[in-house]
Amino acid sequence: MQLPPALHARLAGAAGEAAPLPVQRDPLAGNAPFRFAARQVRFPREHEFFEDGDVQRHLYLQDVITQVAAEPERPRVPEFTCQVAGCCQVFDALEDYEHHYHTLHGNVCSYCKRAFPSGHLLDTHILEWHDSLFQILAERQDMYQCLVEGCTEKFRSSRDRKEHLVVHHLYPADFRFDKPRKGRGPASQVSTEAVGEDQAPSEGEAMEVCSEHAEAHPGPPRERRVYGHRIPSTICFGQGASRGFKSTKKKSKRL
Amino acid sequence: MWSRRRGLLRPLGCGVEELRCRRREREAALRKARREQQLVSKRLLRDEATEEAEGGCVVVILGEAEIQEFLRLAQRGIEEKERERALVSLRRGLQHPETQQIFIRLEGSIRTLVGLLTSNQALLQLEAARCLHELSHSEQSAVAEACLPATSYLLTYLSSHSSDFIELCLYTLGNLIVESEAVRRQLLPQGIVPALAACIQSSASTDSSVLGSTLPQHILQLLQPGPKLNLGVAVEFAWCLHYIICSQVNNALLITQGALTTLGLLLLDLAAAVQRTKNAGLELLVCPVVRCLSNLLTEAAAETVGGAVHLRDERVVAGLFILLQFFLQEQPSLLPEGLWLLNNLTANSPSFCTSLISLDLIEPLLHLLSVSNVVSVLVLTVLCNVAEKGPAYCQHLWPGLLLPTLLDTLALSDTEVVGQSLELLQLLFLYRPGAAQAFLQQSGLQALQRHEEVAQLQDRVHALQQTALHG
Repeated sequence: MQLPPALHARLAGAAGEAAPLPVQRDPLAGNAPFRFAARQVRFPREHEFFEDGDVQRHLYLQDVITQVAAEPERPRVPEFTCQVAGCCQVFDALEDYEHHYHTLHGNVCSYCKRAFPSGHLLDTHILEWHDSLFQILAERQDMYQCLVEGCTEKFRSSRDRKEHLVVHHLYPADFRFDKPRKGRGPASQVSTEAVGEDQAPSEGEAMEVCSEHAEAHPGPPRERRVYGHRIPSTICFGQGASRGFKSTKKKSKRL
Repeated sequence: MWSRRRGLLRPLGCGVEELRCRRREREAALRKARREQQLVSKRLLRDEATEEAEGGCVVVILGEAEIQEFLRLAQRGIEEKERERALVSLRRGLQHPETQQIFIRLEGSIRTLVGLLTSNQALLQLEAARCLHELSHSEQSAVAEACLPATSYLLTYLSSHSSDFIELCLYTLGNLIVESEAVRRQLLPQGIVPALAACIQSSASTDSSVLGSTLPQHILQLLQPGPKLNLGVAVEFAWCLHYIICSQVNNALLITQGALTTLGLLLLDLAAAVQRTKNAGLELLVCPVVRCLSNLLTEAAAETVGGAVHLRDERVVAGLFILLQFFLQEQPSLLPEGLWLLNNLTANSPSFCTSLISLDLIEPLLHLLSVSNVVSVLVLTVLCNVAEKGPAYCQHLWPGLLLPTLLDTLALSDTEVVGQSLELLQLLFLYRPGAAQAFLQQSGLQALQRHEEVAQLQDRVHALQQTALHG
């Protein structure tokens, strides 16, 4: 089957649609005894049309299983320790280490040391838990983004978002990667949130600090520096001069 | 995973002919199983070698009390090694269907397993995922359905960076999809399509594709040499999607999520890949992608939804022909599926029919007529799709190679092939009167005479004879 040489060039070219030639049908076309009618065809999963492809697929899967069984044992290496500061986990197989590293040291929040399964969830966490500008904007507009990739819905509160996840996306009501921030006001939270917040038995809490990371984290001074950079102390949001962000004693009415 | 597959080519100490013979027997057995609706294609990751080394691979049925004890140890054991061992024992037991049944009926068992899956202990996570993987392999749909609470987490972990873990979650999801309608229905709203696309993207290298920057990021690097996960993930993606689309749980949603465009771009990438490499194995991915695209095109939503979600890019036609050539060389049994997609692309689309003409693809199409009867019928159907659009289209079909080719097909005896040839002739005579003359001059009447007595063909044969003789 010889393909025209220009075809490969077309494939590499820009997206485009051919301007269609004019369509002009004669009513006699496809008339009895003829029966042709152009139509799309759908095949259900079990249709015999798919037999060949299904058999190939199954053979491939069987081959893979055979291969796994015949494979030599995973290479063991001399014991080594995780190199991340404060982590003392020991390994004797590289795959175990890879998973450990990605799970515990991969997407880690630099503020509170919580680990997340993906960059997406980490970014969301930092935004909602550690970004003061987020808190300000969230008072006026829908800022809580749906966690499902590809869904662009935003919500006024994390509770509304959670309801959306449960109702619209059929997520479990206790989805572990959607913990709302507790407490009032951003600055007052930092010192307590990292270790021990949302306490539950360790196996249930994916966002809990790894027990090996017992080091003290930056805490309030760091947060304040962020505020200082973003919001000049002379600016005050909301009514009343006494409402500002430097005060850690004041209880804000929202959140 | 792909390095494992290449190892299949190691000589096994018997002749090539014997290997072929064995493969044919296996294929025959699988075809029989499929016809009896017994073929369920699931993936099982099991490290047999390690288990043997660890002393015995006898699968023991675990009772309620034992399962509860293992779960308790896994959850609350003090020593990490002890917790891990408990899960390993549980996993071994779960290889047995009876243990699976007991497990799912035990209150809180799945909940505990999901808790371990989402814990911060990496090795426990892995073992918990392996337990779920065993459950996903069950042939009882009740067992698959019991795993429903885990799916949102399995999806979340597809965006993680631990390749072994991703594989495990992906294959577990794949197995669950194959088995259970409830799972298929739940996964679409949970965002399986974007999750899989992100998974492919994150496992890809960062070099830019040779095809240039016009293609969206998350498809670009799919087939570049790189992390082992790319092609394997893509294959699973495509098969998962195929089962979901066939179930028609919510194809309208898929279409609004841009699945048609995504699949079209994936097809283009594959066409580029088969040109670059001699890697047989790509048909494992091409096949499900073709099926997804073809079935999705038939959804009413594909017509009514406006704008960008439609598939209009004629490069898809170009890419498909490159893949047809690839099938012809590597896996001729897949030609019908490729031509089926071509039918669905061209049936209601003057634009794609025009592309066939402007890209000079009519002649290559004619070359496929000698492959098999099934292929011939499909080729003729596509040609009819073009011809039925009127004189402006038939103008490019005759004069040319079409008429002599049709005369050749009339010499065949397969009723379907001849029948479709007659349909095409009618359209040709209708829109190109000169063609009837030429047909006569090339002994067309004699070619028709062969079939005058065939029940399914005679009415059409006579009608054509009349048209040719009297206009």
